[in-house]
Formats: sequence, structure tokens, C-alpha cells
Amino acid sequence: MTQAPVQNSLMATELRTDLDIIQAWIKPDSRVLDLGCGDGSLLQNLRDNKQVNGYGLEIDPQQITTCIGKGLNVIDQNLDQGLHNFGDHSFDSVVMTQALQTMHAPDQVLLEMLRVGKECIVTFPNFGHWKARWHLVVNGRMPVSDLLPYQWYDTPNIHFCTFKDFEYLCRELDIHIIRRQVVAETPVGRLLKDVRPNLFGDTAIYHLRKRA
Amino acid sequence: MPKTFAQDSVGLVSPQTLHFDQPLELASGRCLDSYDLVIETYGQLNSDASNAVLICHALSGHHHAAGYHSEDDRKPGWWDAYIGPGKPIDTNRFFVVSLNNLGGCHGSTGPVSINPATGKPWGKDFPKLRVRDWVNSQARLADRLGIEQWAAVIGGSLGGMQAMRWALEYPNRLRHCVVIASAMKLTAQNIAFNETARQAICADPDFRDGDYLAAEAYPKDGLSIARMIGHITYLSDDGMGQKFGRDIRSGSFERGTDEPVEFQIESYLRYQGSAFSGSFDANTYILMTKALDYFDLAREYDNDPVKAFSGAQCKFLVVSFTTDWRFAPERSREIVEALIGADKAVSYAEVESEYGHDAFLIPIDRYYQLFTQYMNGVSADL
Repeated sequence: MTQAPVQNSLMATELRTDLDIIQAWIKPDSRVLDLGCGDGSLLQNLRDNKQVNGYGLEIDPQQITTCIGKGLNVIDQNLDQGLHNFGDHSFDSVVMTQALQTMHAPDQVLLEMLRVGKECIVTFPNFGHWKARWHLVVNGRMPVSDLLPYQWYDTPNIHFCTFKDFEYLCRELDIHIIRRQVVAETPVGRLLKDVRPNLFGDTAIYHLRKRA
Repeated sequence: MPKTFAQDSVGLVSPQTLHFDQPLELASGRCLDSYDLVIETYGQLNSDASNAVLICHALSGHHHAAGYHSEDDRKPGWWDAYIGPGKPIDTNRFFVVSLNNLGGCHGSTGPVSINPATGKPWGKDFPKLRVRDWVNSQARLADRLGIEQWAAVIGGSLGGMQAMRWALEYPNRLRHCVVIASAMKLTAQNIAFNETARQAICADPDFRDGDYLAAEAYPKDGLSIARMIGHITYLSDDGMGQKFGRDIRSGSFERGTDEPVEFQIESYLRYQGSAFSGSFDANTYILMTKALDYFDLAREYDNDPVKAFSGAQCKFLVVSFTTDWRFAPERSREIVEALIGADKAVSYAEVESEYGHDAFLIPIDRYYQLFTQYMNGVSADL
């Protein structure tokens, strides 16, 4: 297993959310495509703080209207239909936050992101978190938590993975992990996530590039 | 007692005619030495003339976009659902300008106007017009009204084509461009529908090769059929099915009866054709559909839409409707892709609707909300 060059600065990341971390990784004045941009919080911050020229893709009508109200560029587009309408390396960064696990073909989506973007940033919930394991092993039930609040039959999250699974896929697809940051929700989790990220990390943020 | 209009209506409005003496060079190489434009305005122009919004009409539209001409009017202007106090195109904030385009038949100079050179109606000799000719005449109108830069140029269908052409021809004269249910060029199928409609007009014996005015004739039947063809394409299969189904207006299928059956849809279409042909000019219909057919946004930009939009300076909103097959969502997505490729600010919404192409005229909650949000942003930029 290839180990990602993990950036472990516990003190500095304690109070940061995943969106803050993503923002730090994106260069000023760059061109960014945010897949599943929701209410546009990230794009708004990138526009206001880093003069980023961003576009968001979203399918939820209410969220699209919210983005329009914020003066953001939002495009009504279903990600499961691919990014065929975007040219190769037409964006500096392609971002997808907490949506990879909802895709029908996450591997294809990743490859598409790295075709359209010179780099990409993805975040997803860790299915290897100890609470998820506890749910399954001890209760014999599929995990339900604050981060994963759905029942198995109504969840939009159809392709779960652990950090280890994801990194294995990256190796399979010849994707270089530039850096990884793990976020934990609880104080104890924050202490332990750097020791055993796959057990104590709630969310991972990966910065990726296709190997030349 | 005077009738009261709804709070969100612009109420009673009256058109005005503006005369232009400066010759207008046309794309065809011909020239209009002078012409009239009929316009309506709603709301107040602010002191720095920064709050003006131009409404570009579609094939059969005209200057009367909102409000009522008299207290007895049964129907308001054609886009009253979206123009008025508190509506998306909010007349409390914007000065809204709506005109009848050149070549029209509602008062602006067109085939039914008198040709000064002959003293007779222009008829079929009226110059053929392109979308860019309309845009140029609208720029003259802006000059006349003291509007250096529109806050927004807005149009649906053929109107959307004008709005896009504005962005290319006068990039510094608009801050926002709203393109609804439109396309960068018509498809072959779309041209085919227009040609069938035109042939219906030409086949009417009263068309007289376009000289019906001189002969005091009128190709009413031909124009009716043209409108019926058009109308079918403006509705969706589902929408038509839900509204009319196979409902029968008269007659019966009962055995033993020989009574002719008339379906509701037949009666509806005939009514639409008849009402339209009573208030529209056949030569104008031909002129407008030809302008639609000829429009090709990127033709002069090596057929590269990204190149075409690269000079645009404004922000864009593009909207399409799911069941619109005359100006399908795919056509709008092409516009959006070109704009993204050209690194322009754009938002796009594909609105669920059963109303086909006509949806852009109809109050639809999601469309209304997003249009309102976008226009809030336009007014924030004032």
C-alpha cells in the first residue's frame, strides 16, 4: 500500500473545516469547477477571498436558485451523465465535496475530474471510521450517524469506501495523491486521527493529480 | 367606476411611436432611410440611466409586454407574468423598454407601412431583416432614450437570439444578458417547420405572391395554417395530452350515428390560427421566420461559438424547459458550454415544465424564483 504524504499539523487543523482546507489548497485567480456545489459556500468563499473564477454544477433546483441569488456561476447538470461537455484540462482545479459516494461510477468520475482539471480535490466520509465498524460488527446494522444519517434503503450514498479503499483505487487508476488531510469531528477523534486515520477520521480531503 | 388592477400590475399603459431619420444600413445591403419604432416603457429611468432593461420579443411578439391598454382589456401584455412591481423584472427598480421590432406589424415600420418612395404599402418589397438589424435599431433606440448601457437585455426564443447578438455587437452596452428557451442557430427540423408554415401562406390564393395588400386581399387561411403548425411545435406532447386528450367537442362515435366528430384539439388549433391571422401580417410572418432561420451566432466567428462569445463583457443567465422540443435544452446547453469555454460568467437552469416552448411565457414557480434571484443581482449591480 502506497502511503500518502499526509500533512499532519494537528494544531493548525483543529478548528478548520474541510472547506477551509480546500480553500487553502486552491491557487488565487485560478479556474475552478465545483461538482455538486450545493448552496455555493465554497465558490462564494473562493470568489471573495481568492478571486477565483468558479463554476458550480448542481442538480437541486433550490440550491441552484440559492447560488444564482449569491451571484455565482451555477450550471444545472447531472454529474452521473459525465463531464463530456468540458474540455481536457480546461480547469485548474476540479472539486467534489462529500459527493463521490453518491455517484454511480465513482472511478469514472475521478478519471473525468482529472481529465477536465489539472488537479482535483475530493472529500468523502470515511466508512472505516470506528463508529461505522461498531455499528456493523456489534449491532449487525448498517451504520447511521450524524455524518451518515440515512437508512440503507433511502441513502443517496451508494458507493462507500474507507480511506484505504480510496487510496487503493488511486493506485489502480495511476492517480498521484499530492496530499491528504483528515478531519475528525470530536476532540478525541482529533487527537487520534493522525495515529489511525482510517479508524478515527470522519472525513478525508484528497488533493490529486494524474500521473504523467 | 374605474377598474382597479392587481397590485403587481403596471396597470394602464400606452405605446408611443418614435421616428428615426438617420438611415439604417441593413445586413442585406439595403437601407431604411427612415423608420418608426413603437415602444412601451414601464417604471422610471433613474438619474444616471443605469436601470434600463430591454425586452426583445419573439416571433409573434410586440411592444405590449405588460399592463393593459384599456380598462376593458381582457388580457394584459404578453409577458405580464414577469414584468411588474415586485415581479422578476421589477418595475419598482427597473426602467423596462419593450418595442415592436422593425418588420413587425404592430406599428413599427414593416411590410404594412407605406413605402415613402412609392406611396404604397411595402408589402413583399420590404427589406429582409436579420437579427443584427433589429439589434442595431435597438441600439439607436437606446441612444434616443439616453441609455448608454442596459442593466440587462432579456429575450425568449427569437428574443434570446437578439440578446446574445447584443452581447457580441455592443459588448459595452449591457451588463447582463438573459437568454431564455433560445439557440445559437436553428436545427434543420426547426427550419423545416418554418418553411412548411411559409408554404402554407404562399399556397393561399389570396397571398398573390406577397402583393395581397395592393390587391386588397388577405391570405387569412394560409396564415391560420402557418400558425397552427407553429402552435403545435410550441406545445409538448404531454402538455397537449393533458389539456385536450381525445376529448370531443361535438359529434359522437356511437354506432349508427354518422355525425362528424370534432376533437377539442382541432377546435382549439383552428381558433388559435384564426385569432392570430386576424391580427398579424403574412409578410411579417415570413420575414420573422426567415430571420430565425438565418440566425447563426458564430457564423462570422469561424463557426466557433467560444470565439463568438470571447468578446462579450456581460454576465449571462440561460434558461431552458424540459419539454421544449422546438428550442430544446440541448441548444441552451450549447450556449452555456460556449460561454464557459470563453470564460464568461454564466448560470444555467433547466426548468421542469410540461408547457413545451411556450413555458417561457407562463408563470412557473421555479422559473419565477430563479429569475427573481438573478434580477435581484442585476439591480444590486446598479
